[in-house]
Amino acid sequence: MTALTDTSHDPRRPPWGWLGLAFVAWIAAYVSLMSFADAAIALLGLTRQTHLGEAVHFFFYDTPKVLLLLTGIVFLMGVVHTFVSPERTRALLSGRRLGVGNVMAACLGVITPFCSCSAVPLFIGFLSAGVPLGVTFSFLISAPMVNEVALALLFGLFGWKVAGLYLALGLAVAITAGLVIGKLGMERHLEDWVRAMQASQSADYVGEEMHWPARIDAGVAHVRDIVGKVWPWILAGIGVGAAIHGYVPQDFMASIMGRDAPWWSLPAAVLLGVPMYSNAAGILPVVEALIGKGAALGTVLAFMMSVIALSLPEMIILRKVLKLPLIITFAGVVAFGILIVGYVFNAVL
Amino acid sequence: MKNIKVLGTGCANCQNTLKLIDEVARAKGVVVQLEKIEDLQQIMTYAVMSTPGVVIDGKVVHAGGVPTRAKVESWF
Repeated sequence: MTALTDTSHDPRRPPWGWLGLAFVAWIAAYVSLMSFADAAIALLGLTRQTHLGEAVHFFFYDTPKVLLLLTGIVFLMGVVHTFVSPERTRALLSGRRLGVGNVMAACLGVITPFCSCSAVPLFIGFLSAGVPLGVTFSFLISAPMVNEVALALLFGLFGWKVAGLYLALGLAVAITAGLVIGKLGMERHLEDWVRAMQASQSADYVGEEMHWPARIDAGVAHVRDIVGKVWPWILAGIGVGAAIHGYVPQDFMASIMGRDAPWWSLPAAVLLGVPMYSNAAGILPVVEALIGKGAALGTVLAFMMSVIALSLPEMIILRKVLKLPLIITFAGVVAFGILIVGYVFNAVL
Repeated sequence: MKNIKVLGTGCANCQNTLKLIDEVARAKGVVVQLEKIEDLQQIMTYAVMSTPGVVIDGKVVHAGGVPTRAKVESWF
């Protein structure tokens, strides 16, 4: 979320020098992560051969790594957000047909600033400017599910391939679910006052002019906001992960959530995720711990998508604008998409 | 007297915005009539898409996120 400020007469020069310096420091810190963790346990008189040493090493390696990645990616997203306000996204999507519109909406969902408490005003704002219902849903599914915090953490904990797969599959679920909802023609299941507002306004977009110093400020503010909020979660999560990493037997989860688990373990994981409401920062350390102990990646990622994308509180809010059949369809289509992602993931990897 | 409305469905950011405006107004000694609008239909009549939004005397002056203190100060 970026506060729009009028900076059309910003007298400041962009702090490129400082930014370059910060970038160099970031790279230097990133490449010395392993030596930092080695030094940290040496200082404590531990070696990686012991359970305790391995756990402490894991903690000292993973924490700075995840925080560095998070800071970097969140800063970049903060700057990107200054280019794509919800109003601008809406203007881009207004009057788009199903198909192209869904792909655009899902992709824009990743980079548009989005706060889950704005979901409903956004939903109505899109519809009232003539964005089709199915396209609006693509945006609404992708925006919370595929976000920079989830991607940064996946990247930090599992590497770029898993992060990339999550991005691709998250977009696929958002696009397909939106297409299906659009094809079903469910406009009549909007609450009446919302229906009356459909395509009632123009989507004209008047951008506020912004210069680089303000964009960089926005990036820094975004880091303060997001990293400031999620770091205790990450610390706690990695702490738990470290303990599990050092002590719990390797295949503990394999029989329950592993690849050889019965077929129903995946739907069960998705169902379990619905009443749970958490953000990516809260759920990912749990995900890592599960995977470390033999749970299959597809099952765990499906669980994570379900926790983030399908939540009871959100549905209760959505009930103010959608009638029950549409909410059920929405939940059903998204859950089905997540299930397929999980099975595909488990089959491929 | 200025009439200020904070539009929002009741998340933490909306509360913070309300508090910030109240603080700044007090600090500047400006008497304002501060309201919180939580009803969705009413919020949508201002065509605000990202909450919290701030409306002063019927005009939307801010939308999306907690405004900066400097911005709030510029309203008084």
